[in-house]
Amino acid sequence: MTALIALFWRDLRRAWGSGALWLPVLFFLLVATAFPFAVGPDAPLLARTGGGMIWVAALLAALLPIDRLVRPDLDAGVLDRLAVRGMPDEVIAAVKIGAHAIGFGLPLLIALLPAAALLAQDMARVEILAAGLAIAIPALASLAVLSAALTANLKGGSAIGGLLILPLAVPMLIFGAGMLDPSGRGAMKLLGATSLLLTVIGPFAAGAALRGLRE
Amino acid sequence: MSAHPRAGGMTALLRLDRVACIRGDRLLFESLSLTLNRGDALWLRGPNGTGKSSLIRVAAGLLRAAAGTVERYERSALIDENAALDTELPLRRALDFWARIDTVDGHSVDRAIAEMALAPLAEVPVGMLSTGQRKRAAMVRVIASGAPIWLLDEPANGMDDAAQARLVAAIAKHRANGGAVLLASHFPLGLGDLAELDLGALA
Repeated sequence: MTALIALFWRDLRRAWGSGALWLPVLFFLLVATAFPFAVGPDAPLLARTGGGMIWVAALLAALLPIDRLVRPDLDAGVLDRLAVRGMPDEVIAAVKIGAHAIGFGLPLLIALLPAAALLAQDMARVEILAAGLAIAIPALASLAVLSAALTANLKGGSAIGGLLILPLAVPMLIFGAGMLDPSGRGAMKLLGATSLLLTVIGPFAAGAALRGLRE
Repeated sequence: MSAHPRAGGMTALLRLDRVACIRGDRLLFESLSLTLNRGDALWLRGPNGTGKSSLIRVAAGLLRAAAGTVERYERSALIDENAALDTELPLRRALDFWARIDTVDGHSVDRAIAEMALAPLAEVPVGMLSTGQRKRAAMVRVIASGAPIWLLDEPANGMDDAAQARLVAAIAKHRANGGAVLLASHFPLGLGDLAELDLGALA
């Protein structure tokens, strides 16, 4: 247990170290800032489309750090040492997913407030967005760690990583953005189910990918 | 053949039985058997590319043997070309991380740091250390882990004479305490009472 906590804190420290904490947040806010310039400052239009834009930005923000989730540990031999120590790859993957969920999820939820203001979202919609993102964050972290593990020994892996997880993330986009639609009553449950599925599969799939890195 | 690891008064820590290793489409070695008992040290020698590092990784369980069985009866600690220490952290904190992973306390880190004479560098970021100093730091991690099986792949690379002498002393102490060492190196480091296995002669 001590070992797991040490590993979790190490990942979190590396995620937040040297200002990297603000990188996904800045990216998220950048998209929210750029969007009104692109579609024009029409408040009703922004209010209608902004929620979907926030979901797209959140997905891309989760993908932003995938080149430093697994690859540095692989190159430095940290993953080998943990394996020699007898730590199962699935456990390493689960800890990494947890650390990434906190590492990018918490700042993202905080950044939601200014982003929603920029996109003319009212308070009721902000609440729905926050609930939806909170449900989706473990699954987004799961997908990010999975694609990071799959592409860790490829050159330019992070670009491919994005392509890999996009199809898997589409259901969450549909249900997450669907929660904003007044007629989308079941969207939250479907989002929860999708998120649960991806979060549960994540450690096993990413663990298998970590094992594959050693061969 | 069916000898129990504790039979005959000898306690086997590591046993490889008719192991084969294939890298890419090359057979590096096959039918390789070895047993390390408590207090044993085995020197793997041979030219580059004969599979010394691969054998270490097979023994560590990081590489699957193409044939044969590998059994470790105790925990193992590994040194290879990567120090696996976070370069942005001061040396002491980077070592403390592994102490927590190995669930040993700070005192064993202190003792290991003293053994490799790294105390003056404890607050220096790992990224600022030289190759030899980093190897000594990796050695501290191995010593502090308390693992009975040491798998050392070129542990003396970049070490000066004084550091090598400390490495030799640490290995001798480890063997005296009932540990075993599998050492891959181009030269025998001046270790006494050393069994050797020439992988170049197997091919």
